[in-house]
Amino acid sequence: MKRLSVLLSLLILASLALAACGPAATQAPGGSTSGYECTDPLGCVKIGPSDPVHIAFWGVLSGADSTLGEDSKRGVEIAIDDKGGKLFGHDILLTSEDAGCTPEGGATAASKLATDTSIVGLVGSTCSDETAGGIAAITKAGLTTISPANTRPSLTSPDRGPDYDGYLRTAHSDAFQGKAVAEFAYNFLGVRKAATIHDGSVYAQALQQVFVDNFKELGGEIVAQEAVAKDATDMKPVLTTIAAKGPEFLYYPVFVAAGGFITAQVRDVPGMENVKLAGSDGIFSPDFLKSAGPNVVGVYLSSPDFSAFTGDYAGFLEKHKAKYGGSTLSTFHAHAYDAANILFAALEKVAVQEADGTIYVPRKALRDAVYATKDFAGITGNLSCSPTGDCGAPVIAVYQVQSDDPASWNPADAANPNPKKVWP
Amino acid sequence: MRTSISERALDAIVSGVLWGFRILIVLAIIIGTVLAIRAGTYTRAQWIDFVIFGVAQGSIYALIALGYTMVYGILRMINFAHGDIFMTGAFGAYFTATWLTKIGFTDRYPVLGLMIPILVAMIIATLIAMLVERIAYRPLRGAPRLVPLISAIGASFFLEYSFRGIFGPGKYAYPPINALEGEWVVLGIGILKVHVVVMVAAGIMMALLYTLVMYTKVGKAMRAVSENQDTAALMGIDVNKTIVSTFAIGAAMAGAAGVLFSLVYRQIDWFMGFTPGIKAFTAAVLGGIGNIPGAMVGGLVLGVFESVGPSLFLEGLGIIRPYQLKDVIAYTMLVMILLFRPSGILGERLTKQKA
Repeated sequence: MKRLSVLLSLLILASLALAACGPAATQAPGGSTSGYECTDPLGCVKIGPSDPVHIAFWGVLSGADSTLGEDSKRGVEIAIDDKGGKLFGHDILLTSEDAGCTPEGGATAASKLATDTSIVGLVGSTCSDETAGGIAAITKAGLTTISPANTRPSLTSPDRGPDYDGYLRTAHSDAFQGKAVAEFAYNFLGVRKAATIHDGSVYAQALQQVFVDNFKELGGEIVAQEAVAKDATDMKPVLTTIAAKGPEFLYYPVFVAAGGFITAQVRDVPGMENVKLAGSDGIFSPDFLKSAGPNVVGVYLSSPDFSAFTGDYAGFLEKHKAKYGGSTLSTFHAHAYDAANILFAALEKVAVQEADGTIYVPRKALRDAVYATKDFAGITGNLSCSPTGDCGAPVIAVYQVQSDDPASWNPADAANPNPKKVWP
Repeated sequence: MRTSISERALDAIVSGVLWGFRILIVLAIIIGTVLAIRAGTYTRAQWIDFVIFGVAQGSIYALIALGYTMVYGILRMINFAHGDIFMTGAFGAYFTATWLTKIGFTDRYPVLGLMIPILVAMIIATLIAMLVERIAYRPLRGAPRLVPLISAIGASFFLEYSFRGIFGPGKYAYPPINALEGEWVVLGIGILKVHVVVMVAAGIMMALLYTLVMYTKVGKAMRAVSENQDTAALMGIDVNKTIVSTFAIGAAMAGAAGVLFSLVYRQIDWFMGFTPGIKAFTAAVLGGIGNIPGAMVGGLVLGVFESVGPSLFLEGLGIIRPYQLKDVIAYTMLVMILLFRPSGILGERLTKQKA
């Protein structure tokens, strides 16, 4: 009996850790007495004369990887500020939902948002895992979401399936990023033997596989492909296993927690003292410097090339500084800003406003308008959306960390950038 | 008692399946080990490294497990906030150590630079644990057993999210002690200095604890209360005081473990107590919950299995990326040991009332 209670308590603990809040009941804007006839196959969102235009952000806002989501959310908030907080004379209301960077979290957040019939469109998610878990609910509700930070290749592949009809992204696909890192390692660093570590997340697993395929194609040798659990702290055993295979280059496109542990411990493992280290946009953040400590100096990080950003990126950074203070938290703020603006532009195209101020947004027409985005002048480039949802302009650069002081983080600084762009 | 034939047949089948399961796992481990050793991927030095990594990790588990096991021994309660007590200690040490490193104290007096953060961590962890005991557990002393358990889970969340609120969701890099960089060569084996420090420190702490429990008045009182609270009270032992000191001692161990953990893994955050807490609880059950040497043995066994297991028998069995399955090994082992020894490795001396 006592052992049973121990078991029971473990179960309770586990379920508490996993479960997020249940879906909240929401109300559709009531009443329907007007001239507009909704003929959209997915229905219309009706916004009453005094109701706000409701958009939602979903992504990781808690836990170890929360800087990724917070960074993107700020991009959306700045986009709203640029509109003066208003669309068609209505206030813009932003709801954010934490998706925890897991498929379950994504499913919970998405189904909660999908039940809210006042939402017209979404920006999110931030982790590819969240989209894998949540996109079906969003598409089924007739909604459209634009992700600023998902980079998993298969999310916009031609065979992605009808669940993904409501999904587009302004982030680059990792098919580009993994290839860029492989070329950088093989051609620029001149290494021939590489090893990878992923953390079991969809993002890391796919990205390191793209790297592996491209590195092999270039003629390099992959000596080890290892994986750790997402919450692993002791990396020395896995690094010892890798050291036994003698790599010259270690690529770990993981998130901040695991990335920090690997970086902090790698030099302690015999045989790994001089291996070149590289990560990707998941750890392209000052948080990574904070978690990795002094060993981080010299680590290579791939990311969208900020110097290739057209438009007013400098202006965006100024607004960011004025609003939040300090520099940006992660990689995808500009992509989020563009995603929100694409959504607004599409809304402006399809929404119908009545004389009393009531707005109708036909859902299918809105989705089509987002897909039809062409030569949109964003700050990440001139964006055009493909029929499979890729809106991003994929220019990848590799940066090298110069200092372990998180306060010095500013990849866009002209005189003293940290990390500093080294390739191409 | 008479049982029907069908019931007896069912029993036989169940125990047959169980034995089959046990034999299967043991076989898998043996075959994997033999194959891995024959493959010769790793040198002798690397195998020794695996074991040392495991012992270092295991001694941290053991230190935390002591708190679980002591509180269980005395109150029959699982203190789920214990992992977070460990986290509070690490935070206290982080701020102390960062400051000491900044003013150059750590470089000048490395030994004190190590001891002071440990001391601060122990004090902070102890104070917080005593508060938790006073606020969340003592008022529920007479309640049914599940009630304080839920309260413990609540306390755990409270601590986690308070720290998140105060210090933010980000991570902090624990400052390394320069004097502990590099390795010492002991008997021809290179061991990282920081691992030596962790093992020695954990060893000393555990020896002190054992002495305290076995040979002092407080320890005697603790053992008496754990035997029977009412009788102990009749013998003039202040039960409340004894319970508080149990919590305090367990928390001090967890606080010290927090510093050792930070020294080895160099990264702390508000959620860092969760996984080590669960692992240490596993270690405590593994060793036989309520049994102090059991917690030590359980922690070490768990740490070593986690570290050696993936490359020893999973890789030998041809499983790719075995490190993802580290936790599977840990919990499979827990199930295995409980199948063979239901009361844990050292749990045989538990009386019926305690188990």
